[in-house]
Amino acid sequence: MEGGFETGFLLGHMNYWLFVILMMTGFYIVVARGNLLKKIVGLNIFQAAVFMLYISVGKISGATAPIITGNPDEVYSNPLPHVLILTAIVVGIATTALGLALIVRINESYGTIEEDEIQQHDLEQYDKDCARAEEAR
Amino acid sequence: MTIFEAVHQHAPMLTVLVPMLSAPIIMLFGNRQAAFAIALTASTTSFLLSLQMLLLVAQGGVISYHIGGWAPPLGIEYRIDAANAFVLIIVSSISTVVLPYARRSIADEVAARHHTLFYACYMLCFTGLLGVTATGDAFNVFVFLEISSLSTYVLVALGAKQDRRALSAAYDYLILGTIGATFFVIGLGMLYMATGSLNMVHIAQVLAEGESNRTVRSAFTFIVVGMALKFAMYPLHRWLPGAYTYAPSAVSAFLAATATKVAIYVVLRFIFSVFGIAEEFERNTVQYIMMPLAVVAMFAGSLMATFSLNAKTLLAYSSISQIGYMLLGITLLNSTGLTAGMVHLFNHALTKGALFLAVGAIIYRTGSALVPHMAGLGRQMPWTSASIVIGGLSLIGAPATAGFVSKWVLMQAAFEAGMWPIAVFVVLSSVIAVVYVWRLVEVLYLQPAPEGRSVSEVPMTMLVPIWALALASIWFGIDADFTVQASRTAAEALLAGGFGGEDATIMGTRGRP
Repeated sequence: MEGGFETGFLLGHMNYWLFVILMMTGFYIVVARGNLLKKIVGLNIFQAAVFMLYISVGKISGATAPIITGNPDEVYSNPLPHVLILTAIVVGIATTALGLALIVRINESYGTIEEDEIQQHDLEQYDKDCARAEEAR
Repeated sequence: MTIFEAVHQHAPMLTVLVPMLSAPIIMLFGNRQAAFAIALTASTTSFLLSLQMLLLVAQGGVISYHIGGWAPPLGIEYRIDAANAFVLIIVSSISTVVLPYARRSIADEVAARHHTLFYACYMLCFTGLLGVTATGDAFNVFVFLEISSLSTYVLVALGAKQDRRALSAAYDYLILGTIGATFFVIGLGMLYMATGSLNMVHIAQVLAEGESNRTVRSAFTFIVVGMALKFAMYPLHRWLPGAYTYAPSAVSAFLAATATKVAIYVVLRFIFSVFGIAEEFERNTVQYIMMPLAVVAMFAGSLMATFSLNAKTLLAYSSISQIGYMLLGITLLNSTGLTAGMVHLFNHALTKGALFLAVGAIIYRTGSALVPHMAGLGRQMPWTSASIVIGGLSLIGAPATAGFVSKWVLMQAAFEAGMWPIAVFVVLSSVIAVVYVWRLVEVLYLQPAPEGRSVSEVPMTMLVPIWALALASIWFGIDADFTVQASRTAAEALLAGGFGGEDATIMGTRGRP
């Protein structure tokens, strides 16, 4: 696969291309958006992309769900990555819940959830600290 | 089987399990005093168990614990060698020392209705850090990492009663920490694609047999970058100053002394034990990307510390520069360098723990962490101020302190690798450390106390933990045999491919079909 791309390679790895696109979309939202809520949404998309990567890894073409049927010729998908990603989904939900709870608290004490406005408030606070320090001197 | 034998057999599991179970028990009791007692008991138990395991593996053995009796590589395995037994000791001893201090400090800094919650989150964070260190299963590392990280975000946010900036700091930490963890899990996914295994020893075997390919290389990159975010490697350190400054003092001390150390251990484990440094790509990444960043961190962190207004921010930036020293030792890729990294892991945990606790004691009395507000405290709080001087000397690397031992071994490693400019950089950045430590000393001792402020020394329950760590950082500066020897065993274990292969002592139930 080291020498150039062909159609088969492109189409055969469709899941992985989608993973890359989804991951970069989420990552971009986290970095570029100033709204704390939108950042959390971006983080969710970013994590969902990883779920897709793991699920694609376990898929075997023409295979069924991993249930014992007694038929030795049965081809079934690898359940391990799917189980792993269940754990990661739980972690993702916990992170989202905690992030949202923090946003509520930030909104209560700052009155905004825009990053630049919060930074503005923090800078004002820092100036006040400097003034207090100056008094002490 | 007597109870002692059973505890001995299941020590690797119990070290992690006891603090984990203590968290829900604390919530069930819902009483502040009971919560403290349970947390302290669980933390001490973990400390004793990890001490026992360190004694077992100190000579270079390996303990392999099969969870539920399922044999690896299919079953989940806890694998303890000299390297992670050493890190387990750092985490559990710091936690046990910080808890008695936390009781008063938290009563002052955290709203009363959150006290039980604090102890529960603290124990969960502790569980996560121990689990990351003890496990031999790559996906387990991720799960425990997230257990510790999620509870850390809560712990940092608890500082909001003192300063609302704790909330935005916790949020920043949550975003960056999650990105780091997700990068790590992408790396694990690729590693699983390439090897079909999650057991670290087994992955290492498969990788050693097969040829390296792009999947493995990108897995390496994702894992290293993800963990670098977690341990705040220089350009990825943005979350650290805020989180350490606005978290409650006891939390800052605990995190600064343990969380970054555990993340560095994970990187070490993956670079040396799982991937191995035989491949050109891995060696080049470490030597040409991580080493320059470590050197930049040493200078940038110290410089930022020099201009910090808040004493906790100062210590946080100093941590970034000290992480640079640890990383530098590791990136020299020789046995002495790795020893230097491990020694500094331990010494810096003691030093920074003592310093954050001491600054927390000043906040407890004066209510301010700003450096100019500490004027004249040298006479009003003599014991706390003296411990800041000791900690500061250890940060600089003055002889007869723990920091000196680390820098001594690091310089030896630099000369051994034939890179004398590195040794010059270490000395130069220590000079900047003199500047920021002097700022603290000058304010404490040479400036007069403001009119009308009369504060007294903090109570014994806070002073004893501070001095336990301060004295330890002198002790391990004078008698460095234990730390250097343990680090050397750990370093050699890591360089030899780590985890010791076939002849591990198997513990726990065996032979499940």
